[in-house]
Amino acid sequence: MAEPAALPRQRPARRLRQRPPRRPRQPPGRLAAYRALLGAQVRSQTSYRTSFVVDLVGNLGGTVFDVFTVLVIFGVTRELGGFTVREALVVVGLSSAAFTTADLLVGNVERLPRYVRTGLFDAVLLRPLGALPQLLLMDLPLRKLSRAVFGVAVLAVAVGSAGIDWTPGRAALVVLAPLAGVVFFGSIFVATATVSFYWTESGELANSLTYGGKDFTSYPVTVFDGWFRAAFAYGMGFAFVSYQPALALLGRADPLGLPAWAGWAAPAVALVAAGLAAVAWRVGIRHYRSTGS
Amino acid sequence: MSVIDVRNLRKEFTVRVRAGRLRRERRTVAAVGGVDLRVERGEMLGYIGPNGAGKSTTLKMLTGVLTPTSGEVRVCGLRPVPERTRLALRVGVVFGQRSQLWWDLPLRDSFALLRHVYRVPADAHAARLRRCRSLLDLDGFLDTPVRQLSLGQRMRGELTAALLHGPEVLFLDEPTIGLDLVSKQAVRGFLGELGRAGDTTLVLTTHDLADIERLCRRLVVIDHGRVVHDGSIAALHDRYGSRRLVVADLDTALPDPPELPGAPLRRVEAEGHRLVFALESASAAELVAALGALATLRDISIVEPDIEEVVARLYGKEGPPVNASGRAGGPS
Repeated sequence: MAEPAALPRQRPARRLRQRPPRRPRQPPGRLAAYRALLGAQVRSQTSYRTSFVVDLVGNLGGTVFDVFTVLVIFGVTRELGGFTVREALVVVGLSSAAFTTADLLVGNVERLPRYVRTGLFDAVLLRPLGALPQLLLMDLPLRKLSRAVFGVAVLAVAVGSAGIDWTPGRAALVVLAPLAGVVFFGSIFVATATVSFYWTESGELANSLTYGGKDFTSYPVTVFDGWFRAAFAYGMGFAFVSYQPALALLGRADPLGLPAWAGWAAPAVALVAAGLAAVAWRVGIRHYRSTGS
Repeated sequence: MSVIDVRNLRKEFTVRVRAGRLRRERRTVAAVGGVDLRVERGEMLGYIGPNGAGKSTTLKMLTGVLTPTSGEVRVCGLRPVPERTRLALRVGVVFGQRSQLWWDLPLRDSFALLRHVYRVPADAHAARLRRCRSLLDLDGFLDTPVRQLSLGQRMRGELTAALLHGPEVLFLDEPTIGLDLVSKQAVRGFLGELGRAGDTTLVLTTHDLADIERLCRRLVVIDHGRVVHDGSIAALHDRYGSRRLVVADLDTALPDPPELPGAPLRRVEAEGHRLVFALESASAAELVAALGALATLRDISIVEPDIEEVVARLYGKEGPPVNASGRAGGPS
C-alpha cells in the first residue's frame, strides 16, 4: 500500500490571509461553492425530464386558483372592502408575486424538521458553508419556478390594467414592494422553521403563518375586522406586503386612516422581519439538539 | 499545542418526564458531564463507552454541530461553534450513520462537488483522490449513484469524502458499524496507514473493540458522560487486573498446586492436568522454566487478555447499565 503521508495538505490558515481585504467574512470561492451546490440540484432534478415538466405544470394549480377565487368573489359583488376588481387585483398580484417567489427561494426551509430528524442537518453543519444557504440550495424546488413566473405575471397584468398614474416613485415602488414582500415572506418561512430546533413536529404552526399569510395578503385588509386584522395586518406586518403598497400605487388614501408614507414602508418592514428571522435562526441553531447517532 | 483541547466540557439536555396523568416534569440530563481531554498532533485516540455514554455528543461538540452547555473547547486552536465554517475546512468527519454524499449523484460527482465546497485546488484534490482510489479500491463503483452502493462501498466513499480536503483531524463515529468482515478490514487497514503516516490526528468512537486494538494506542473510556479511563490499553489491563494467562498442560497431575513467584495460579482444570497462571511480574519464559523443573510439560499456550471483558467489567463497575428511559432526551 502506498503512503497516505504524501497526501498534499491544504493549509486553510494561509488561504484566509490571502482573502481580499474588502470582504473580510467571505473566504474566496464561497460563491463558487454555492453555485456548485445549485448546479448539482438542477442536474438531479431535471434528470427525469417528463416528471419535471409534469411537476412544473402541476405546481401552477394553487396559484391560479388563488386568483380565480378573487375573481369569483367579484362575480357576486362589485366591491370588496371598498376596492374594485382592478384595484383588488393589484393586491392579489403583489401578494402572489411575493409569495410564489419567496416560496421558490426559501419555502424549502419548511423541510427543516425532516432534516433535523434524519440527521441531514448534522451533515450540513459539518461543511464549511453557511447552514441556511446550503439547505436552500441543496433542495431548491425548481418545479415551483412556474408558479413564481405566474405570480409575477399576475402582478404585471394587474398593474397594467389598474390605470395607475405613474410617477418615478411609483415605478420604483412597483419593483421594490414585491422584493420587500419576498424578503418578508422569506423571513416568515425561516422564523417559523426555527421552531423545529426545539420541537420537531412543528409543521402545522409554520403552515398557518406562511400559507395563512399568503391568503391574508390576497385581500384588502379592510375585508377583515377587529383583533384578527390588528394582529395579522399590523402586529405581524402582513399589511405591508400588498395592501399598503397597493394604496400607494393606486394613489388612494387609507380608509383605515394610516398616513400616506405607510404605503412606502414595505422595505423597512421587510428589513425588520429579516433581522428578527436572522436572530431566531441563530438562537435556534444554538439550541439544536441533533439526534442520536 | 494540543490539536484538541477540552476542559470541563458539559452538555445538558432538558427532557420532559411524565409525572402523573397530565403533568410533565422538566429534568436536566447531563449527556456529557465534565470531560477533560487533550490530544496531540498525530495521535490515534479510541473513544469508547456504552450506548448513551456521551461519545457522539462529545464529537458533535468538537465539530461545532452542538453548542456545549459549559466548558472550553479548542480544536486546531479554533472554537468549534463560533468558528464552525473555518474549523470545517481543517477537520474531516465520518459519521457511520450519516452521509456526506449526494444520494442521487454518482460517487464521482459527490467528490467533485466537495472540491468546490471545501475550495480545494484542483491538483491537490486530484492527487488525494488518486491515492484514495487505489488504497480503498474505489474504481469499480465511482460512477454508481450513491443510493445504489453497498454499505461497505459507501463507507469507503465517505472516508474518501472526509479526506479530500486534507484534514488535520479526522473524527470517526462508528466507522465500521454494520460492515462485513472484509470491508471492516479494508477500513481498518486504511486508517492504520493514515495513522502511521503520522500527521493526521484520528479520533475514533466505536463499539467494535477490535478497531481499537488494531488502531489506537490510547484509549479513553467514557461512561455516564465522564471519563473513566484515559491511557494505553495495557494500562487499562493493569488497572483492572486483567493479565496475560499461561495455560500449561502437564503429562501428570501435580499433587500440590505449585507456587511460583510473580505468577499466581488462577485455575486448575482437567483434574490437575491443566494449570492456568496469570503473568504479573514474572515473564512467560521464567514461568515455563520453573514449571519445567517441576513437571513434564505437554503443551504451553499464552492467552492475551480480552479487552471486551475488561471494558464490560469497567462499565459494570461505574454504575448501573444505562437504560433507555433514563436518558430519553439525550442523544448518544
